[in-house]
Amino acid sequence: MDNLILPTKNTWCPGCGNFGIQNVLREVISQNDREKTVLVTGIGCHGKIADYFNVNSFYSLHGRAIPSAVGIKMGNEELQVICSVGDGDAYNEGIAHLIHAAKRNSNITVVVHNNRVFALTVKQATSTSPKEFVGSTTPKGGVEEPINPMDVMLSTGASFVARGYVGKPEQLTRIISEGVKHRGFSFIEVLQPCVAWLNTYESYNEKTYEMEEEFLPLQEAREKAREWDYNNGGEIPLGVFYREEKPTIEEQVGEVSFVDTKEILEKSK
Amino acid sequence: MGNNLGDLQIIIGGAAGEGSKKAGLLIGKLFNSYGFRVFIHEDYESVIKGGHNFSQISVSRECKDVIEEKIDFLLALNKEAVLKHKEKLKKEGVLIYDFGAIDEDFSEEGGSVIKIPLKEIVDEAEGIPLMKNTALVSAFSKIIGMEWDRVSEVLKRELPVATEKNLEVAEVAFEKTEKIEEVEEGGGNQPLPLLSGNQAVAMGALEAGLECYYAYPMTPSTGVLQFLAKVEGVRTFQPESEIAVVNAALGSAYAGKRTMIGSSGGGFALMTEGISFSAQSEIPLCVVLSQRMGPATGVPTYQAQADLLFALNAGHGDMMRFVVAPGDADEAYYLANKALNIAWKYQMPAIILLDKELSENTYGVKKDFDLEKEEIVREEKGEDYNRYEGEDVSPLIFPGGEATVKVTGYEHDKKGVATEKAEEIKAMHEKRIRKYEKLKEELREEETVKTYKEGSTAIIFWGSTKGTVLEATKEMDVKLIQPLVVQPFPEEKIKEALRETERVVCVEANATGQMTKVLKEKGVFVDKKILKYDGRPFTVEELRKELEK
Repeated sequence: MDNLILPTKNTWCPGCGNFGIQNVLREVISQNDREKTVLVTGIGCHGKIADYFNVNSFYSLHGRAIPSAVGIKMGNEELQVICSVGDGDAYNEGIAHLIHAAKRNSNITVVVHNNRVFALTVKQATSTSPKEFVGSTTPKGGVEEPINPMDVMLSTGASFVARGYVGKPEQLTRIISEGVKHRGFSFIEVLQPCVAWLNTYESYNEKTYEMEEEFLPLQEAREKAREWDYNNGGEIPLGVFYREEKPTIEEQVGEVSFVDTKEILEKSK
Repeated sequence: MGNNLGDLQIIIGGAAGEGSKKAGLLIGKLFNSYGFRVFIHEDYESVIKGGHNFSQISVSRECKDVIEEKIDFLLALNKEAVLKHKEKLKKEGVLIYDFGAIDEDFSEEGGSVIKIPLKEIVDEAEGIPLMKNTALVSAFSKIIGMEWDRVSEVLKRELPVATEKNLEVAEVAFEKTEKIEEVEEGGGNQPLPLLSGNQAVAMGALEAGLECYYAYPMTPSTGVLQFLAKVEGVRTFQPESEIAVVNAALGSAYAGKRTMIGSSGGGFALMTEGISFSAQSEIPLCVVLSQRMGPATGVPTYQAQADLLFALNAGHGDMMRFVVAPGDADEAYYLANKALNIAWKYQMPAIILLDKELSENTYGVKKDFDLEKEEIVREEKGEDYNRYEGEDVSPLIFPGGEATVKVTGYEHDKKGVATEKAEEIKAMHEKRIRKYEKLKEELREEETVKTYKEGSTAIIFWGSTKGTVLEATKEMDVKLIQPLVVQPFPEEKIKEALRETERVVCVEANATGQMTKVLKEKGVFVDKKILKYDGRPFTVEELRKELEK
């Protein structure tokens, strides 16, 4: 027994894609230093994972898990910060935080549980729902095109960009492990069907494929990211698209140390 | 004007970008080195270049944190400064202006006029145009009879960039100017640290062990970040928004770092969800709220005390905060220290309510108080640790050790796992209320209300109006009452202070009488409200007139 799961009652729907992510994260955390791991989550079905894991956790506000995670890493660089967020969380409410965490190369790992729907609030469209998605607030189908977060991340400085699928758990475990090991901002989108509102198992099983070549040059990674438009067109590539070594924000901001206030006062006379 | 300079009011003004603010501070530091007490009021428009900026320096032998309507010296870097302020000159006042930049001869209008050819001076020393402010300060110091050794010493210290060139410019200006006054030592006073309210808040927090300061730029709170960014040993960070600021601060505090954040009304509004999170998750959070004229964008660089009700009620849900309202830099220093300590001791949000005047004006800091750093008792906790255990304040452990630390914005059980159970919800609310009661108990022994003098009329005020109220009522038999802590509100102490009084006047810089409303809710009734809401601080003269009505 790894003692990683709390006896909390699990309330995800039977067959929910979140179980797959939980199993993978359990594997990844058990390979790491459990005491140094902090799991940060937003609000949505994915967020419940904070209550299920027996690890340090910060169950943040909707959309705000990423700045909380950035702050935790700023506060103590020794902590291994894994940030689980939903698509509503990271692509709708908190997309500015996602982009800026990538831009500043904060040394955290962001795992997006992308079920492409607001599930816990009972079926509304998110930024990555298919355009014509019929939800409880779009009874005639949506009118907005989805965004392509992989493309956004590759354009805004993320130093590790990958996509996995809960239906391919071995590859997903490898991707998340590499993301956690990567020194810098790791972005991992996980395709996670919602059995209640947007059951995409069949279509993902058919359309996803594991990329033969990973770690592409930036331009090629971008082209690869555009292969799937988050509607119904195109094949869906899985794997690590891009990785780059560059300084993290935590390495570059000032160190915390003793401040001599007497000296400051003397100088201000 | 006599030969012995005593209390002085000096205005130095120019276009934004001409460095009149820096020059004002230099003049303040010069008088400070002569042992005078100095207060500087800043007035500027929301523009980068052009517009009109001025500093008014109040020089006195005793501490007096006010400016007066009439001035002794007007130092003008451009024509607008002359036109805007010359009416304020006393009959024997002196106009000193940049002859060259202003090709008009104001000497014909009567009164003393001294023309300084700043451009000529700067050119002679081969300086750059921006050094005109150094030249003007130096010329002024000569006029009032300061000694070159003292002047050059202060300039050397205060002008770390292009020091030599600035000194050359200053020396030429000093030599070319005629001495007409005789400055004396300011009554044997020792020079004081000169700090703005923003800087004093930063200092007080540093003495409470501040480790991280996060903020998004917003006038008039930006000075805190600018100041701390230059302090070695503090981690400063400017994220993408105030929402990111507050959530990052919660993260850093969870990780164990004493963190403070700051903004003005609009940015503070964005932070409120995070403030509520602090209350629920019991993560210490200390917020500087520097008020400016609202609503919405309002008048960004001008004064108001109109976020009192907002600060007292910020955050959704049944939640409590600690809110302080300092009235000068010393109180800002002391109360910021207190607020950060209380936030950590009681694991709750604390708000330091400043206003534009307090934030940006410069004060001599006496620091006649003792400061503490609340030590967090680090109990060794093992696997069985529960973040929310206990009756009121829970043991605070940071992640990274054997204990698993779970925090959440959901209502939760003692482990930190979300709950919807009726008895657990109720119990957690009561736990947080008990914490607040404990805080109230502690504050009973503290000076949460200051009173000054006695009289049958009581004047209640808060924040930066303090200096003006003290000065305006100098000759009046009135009782002055200043709440320093505004949540938990010290109504008992205020009622006690009012016991012998017959009439209550409340003075504040807002349009609706927010403190009056708070007092009314607590059963204290105000007979007369004196309000000011034109973005400018009260002057002594106008407040006196209002009080005499």
